[in-house]
Amino acid sequence: MYRYDEFDRTFVTQRVEQFREQVARRVSGELSEDEFKPLRLTNGLYLQLHAYMLRVAIPYGTLSSRQLRRLAFIARRYDRGYGHFTTRQNIQFNWPTLGEVPDILAELAEVEMHAIQTSGNCIRNTTADATAGVAADEIADSRIYCELIRQWSTLHPEFSFLPRKFKVAVTGSGRDRAVTAAHDIGLRLKRDADGRTGFEVLVGGGQGRTPILAVTIREFLPAEHLLSYLEAVLRVYNQLGRRDNIYKARIKILVRETGTAEFARLVEDEWAHIRDGDLALPEGEIARIRDYFAPPPHEALDDACPELDAQRAANRAFDAWVRSNVEAHKRPGYAVATVSLKPHGGIPGDASADQMEAVADLADAFGFSEIRVTYKQNLLLPDLRKRDLFAVWRGLTEAGLATANSHRLSDIIACPGLDYCNLANARSIPIAQMISTRFADLEREQEIGNVTVNISGCINACAHHHVANIGILGVDKKGKEFYQVTLGGAADETAAIGDIVGPAFDEDAIVGAVETVVDVYLAERRDAAEPFIDTYRRIGIKPFKEKLYAAR
Amino acid sequence: MPLVRNGAAVQDPWTAVTTADQLDRSGPLLVTLDLWRTHRDRLAGRTGPLGLLLASDQSPALVADDLDRFDLIALEFPKFTDGRAYSHARLLRERFGFTGEVRAVGHVLRDQIAFMLRCGFNALDLDERAATGWDTATTAFSAWYQPATDGQAPIPARRRHAAQARAAAAVIRSAPVRPEPARQPDPVGSAVCAATWAY
Repeated sequence: MYRYDEFDRTFVTQRVEQFREQVARRVSGELSEDEFKPLRLTNGLYLQLHAYMLRVAIPYGTLSSRQLRRLAFIARRYDRGYGHFTTRQNIQFNWPTLGEVPDILAELAEVEMHAIQTSGNCIRNTTADATAGVAADEIADSRIYCELIRQWSTLHPEFSFLPRKFKVAVTGSGRDRAVTAAHDIGLRLKRDADGRTGFEVLVGGGQGRTPILAVTIREFLPAEHLLSYLEAVLRVYNQLGRRDNIYKARIKILVRETGTAEFARLVEDEWAHIRDGDLALPEGEIARIRDYFAPPPHEALDDACPELDAQRAANRAFDAWVRSNVEAHKRPGYAVATVSLKPHGGIPGDASADQMEAVADLADAFGFSEIRVTYKQNLLLPDLRKRDLFAVWRGLTEAGLATANSHRLSDIIACPGLDYCNLANARSIPIAQMISTRFADLEREQEIGNVTVNISGCINACAHHHVANIGILGVDKKGKEFYQVTLGGAADETAAIGDIVGPAFDEDAIVGAVETVVDVYLAERRDAAEPFIDTYRRIGIKPFKEKLYAAR
Repeated sequence: MPLVRNGAAVQDPWTAVTTADQLDRSGPLLVTLDLWRTHRDRLAGRTGPLGLLLASDQSPALVADDLDRFDLIALEFPKFTDGRAYSHARLLRERFGFTGEVRAVGHVLRDQIAFMLRCGFNALDLDERAATGWDTATTAFSAWYQPATDGQAPIPARRRHAAQARAAAAVIRSAPVRPEPARQPDPVGSAVCAATWAY
């Protein structure tokens, strides 16, 4: 993992003191709320429906057990005993008071964390594949480049007042687990014919009311040019992005209105001026950061693990968990396990302080003290010996974190919705709870297989409903909550925007509608090996539509 | 509105003009892009200092060939959230080599001072309240991560110097005879350092 040196430590500490002084000016009335708002937002502090909400960055989703324990401490001391993990690999605390926020930031700084740029019209926390460094199918480790981006983008003097927020995602594998196509900039690590490391660069992806998938503006960018190229993209966007209409201010609109080829030309022209300047990354600098992410001291193990096989044979619940929640690791004899924050009927992404500590303990005992936060709002233990999986599962079961539903229907992504958020039009969490309760039978979930269900409480699409196989969008119709369904979206390397199926459903009908969609899939699929998205792509929206609206 | 130039409050000698009938005024004259374009020949023949005011949607690239005629370029922030002029200031300094005064005018608040100075502004038209926060705003951070226009060594360069200094100290420690090390000027913070090795 990356560790702060004296420079990082000084910087983050000075940032805490700067914010403490800004809060004092707000409290004294020297700053108006309008003037304070962008200052608090660039430190992740929102004013929500009931209280302030603090969003803390978990850079590219990596946490040490010490950091996770500190988050648990903050949850207990300053919040109501829990935190909420988001799709952008952040954690949100929903009940801090303004006066205490500088203290929380100081607590975070002690464990090398911060809330810098988790909101506001600036470059946000860069996200990555949660299995970076351990995935069996990895091309290169995205964390190295995310850390370089984190440092370069932190309080960037030129790009702190962009037209709109700006999100960068990096994937290190051909299987895109970072949803790069739905980001302002998506970076896909690859190697060229000479074996050099670099990136395919995509720009202009985004969701919200105008969902657009990113387009490729450069097939191969050598890694040493990463920062100068990003600076070129941002400089073009900062000057030309629309500032007259907040709904048209994201880079996706600029790219669409300019045209991909012309936008790429503008970037290349700008880049030609700066590519060999001060931002060029010498190999020594990349290597220096790479050293921080050296693999932990793995043992040389056989990949086969008879102990695990025997435990699976003897325990059906454990076997089901291994099937859904355990993935391949690049080292023989090791595995990656998802810690489900989606108990049936629970709040997606929420973890109590006790649960955070339980995961930290398991990471210390079995997983080199490392934890990841995933796009799916779950946690992940990235470095487990297969022979320890049973003990890990028992520990997770005790903490209520072993639901065997990773990638299954009840592994729902949901935004906080109208229960917390002042932008929302409808509640999301209760809908997620009703759906996951309806599909709580694990055998049925297993029968249905992998499918993504995402629920957003408004058109801002924080839960990424556009790129869900089954997307649900809460809308307000004359003061009543309705839910619009989209089908066929995908967030992986086959990224797609879902199609609206028809008129929205009310709260009483939405769960039944999801069930109908699932029934059509089960009836139409070729066999159990054909996942929902493949069936949808083969048969189209019509059979679903017919069944959903048959009675109307 | 106090004008702060290179860190000191100064009287502003410039007169901003918006209409053609004001162009005959003597003394330093600050004109809009429209006036410059329409009355270019008349203004070019003028003896007093000339300044150009650019709105936030007017890139300095529009006047790249004329920059040597201006002693001052004022970049406007219509709202402090409109960040285009940060890019414009950097382009003026880094791309076009403009060495005159680059001034921030409009909605200029103290929490933006540090960013502005880093992007190449050397004069800020501040309100009284913002001016009182100058010291806090300019000393809040001892180093920054990115190379910019302020001539300061960014953190990656400082790291390298720190590593070199540690290596040199180790060599001295391991030497059989320990000579008194000559006093070297501290390179950290120097522009030379930024230029030779930024990232």
